[in-house]
Amino acid sequence: MNDLLIIAGKKFSSRLFLGTGKFPSGEVMAKAAAASGTEMITVALRRVNLVRPERDILSFLDKARFHLLPNTSGARDAKEAILLARLAREAGLSEWIKLEVIPDPQYLLPDPIETLKAAEALVREGFIVLPYIQADPVLAKRLTDVGCATIMPLAAPIGSNRGIKTREMLEIIIEQATIPVVIDAGLGTPEHAREAMALGADAVLVNTAIATAANPILTAGQFKEAVVMGRGQFISQGKKTEIFAQPSSPLAGVIGQ
Amino acid sequence: MSELFAQAQALTQQRFGRVMQLFAPLYISNECVDLCDYCGFSFSNQIARKTLSVAEVQAEAAYLKKQGFQHLLLVSGEDPKAVSPDYLAQVLAGLRGDFSSLALEVAPFETEIYQRLKEHGLDRVVVYQETYDREAYARVHRAGPKRNYARRLEAPERAARAGIRQIGMGILLGLSDWRQDATALIEHVKILKKRYWQTEWTVSFPRLRPCASGYNPPHLITDEEYKELIATTRIALPDVGIVLSTRESPELRDELLELGVTQMSAGSCTNPGGYSLASESTEQFEIADHRDPATVAAAIMKKGLEPVWKDWESIL
Repeated sequence: MNDLLIIAGKKFSSRLFLGTGKFPSGEVMAKAAAASGTEMITVALRRVNLVRPERDILSFLDKARFHLLPNTSGARDAKEAILLARLAREAGLSEWIKLEVIPDPQYLLPDPIETLKAAEALVREGFIVLPYIQADPVLAKRLTDVGCATIMPLAAPIGSNRGIKTREMLEIIIEQATIPVVIDAGLGTPEHAREAMALGADAVLVNTAIATAANPILTAGQFKEAVVMGRGQFISQGKKTEIFAQPSSPLAGVIGQ
Repeated sequence: MSELFAQAQALTQQRFGRVMQLFAPLYISNECVDLCDYCGFSFSNQIARKTLSVAEVQAEAAYLKKQGFQHLLLVSGEDPKAVSPDYLAQVLAGLRGDFSSLALEVAPFETEIYQRLKEHGLDRVVVYQETYDREAYARVHRAGPKRNYARRLEAPERAARAGIRQIGMGILLGLSDWRQDATALIEHVKILKKRYWQTEWTVSFPRLRPCASGYNPPHLITDEEYKELIATTRIALPDVGIVLSTRESPELRDELLELGVTQMSAGSCTNPGGYSLASESTEQFEIADHRDPATVAAAIMKKGLEPVWKDWESIL
């Protein structure tokens, strides 16, 4: 089946994105990445050690195989996020940036105002911007309007493993989306990932649930299968074409009556 | 493993990951105007005193950087003349470009001074109350500015108000009842977390070690109790970093790194110039873990954790 995910013109056959934090070693991370089948891996710039690359997080990843997505973890406002994005570009890492603007160190929730400001500026500077946001449909629209490549709403707070706690709002975001929706954060089990995909997400991003599992490599494989299954369920429900479908109660003749 | 330890370990791994951040203390001065019974740097101790020049600090820092460190904690006694805000600003500016993060564990300052030091590259302030027991506090802090309990108590708040991103708090175990002190510390952190919601807080529980003062701590805590303290703190403050120094033995440190600790120092010297300058200055206390940083990193990996040398960007 030809069911590719396209972000900013780039094609992905895997709909599972992986985070690289929290792994017990670079070796385990690399094996888990391989087992997950992922093609998109996000890396925190704050962890990248360009001066001393021996045991650096990047040294374990085959850049030909994975699309590297630097993220702005650590940024508390738009200004800091923009500085980090520029640093990533100057270091030759990528023009793609996962925009995380997180002023709250407790629940790690993103700041909608600063995220929008940063997204607008970074798009103008030519970055491909993938913003991490609350499951807020209006914010999703505003970010789409300024030219973001995806929107990445959260299912639950980062690292909480709590599953899809923002379902109603995610459904609205997905229904209204004109760019890919990647559900990011809070997915704690393969079942959560399946559920997110069946809901109509274009992809999911998983980190904590894989990195801190007793066996990250096996768990990565389970997430891979769950994502494929959820995507299959979504397509087989016929929802994929919903936006082009005829309403079951035709409006013709209703309006203007 | 007991249920308490298992829960603490699970919480730590979920929140912080299977990683351990490494940092190094860099003692920049042992001059001090405070008279404190338990400290090797106490004013009345006849010891070899030294304050490093900016160039000497850079030489020590270069030595630490070669070992892999990206996170530095600059430490000194309290001496308004030798360790002035101007001096600290110069020291920070001289290191800024070379390290991911810079922390200060020096005298407490006013908000405006913290703001100024922040502009020169300060990321983190460490200021321990030592004990929340006012009587015990007054007994051991005999003279000097540190005798002012309230001024010290409010220091973390002044640093937070200045916009310092990370603030380390702690108690010095041995001065008073550890359970009461730990409870007070946890409550203190909880209050500050609500008020200064953008600040990252960490806690630490240094245990008194032998030093030039020859002080005998009246309240001892056993290794088993220490483990219980770390695990309980993790459960009380699930998202707060716990910092561990080389005051503890290699065996205990290897156990603690699974129970809630998120950052540790390694290969530490506690006298100014101790790393590379063949300095004759006296140390603050004897460390208990003498392993070099690479050996500590290997022990961390053996426990199934990744040693993290860099987890910040100096531009932040």
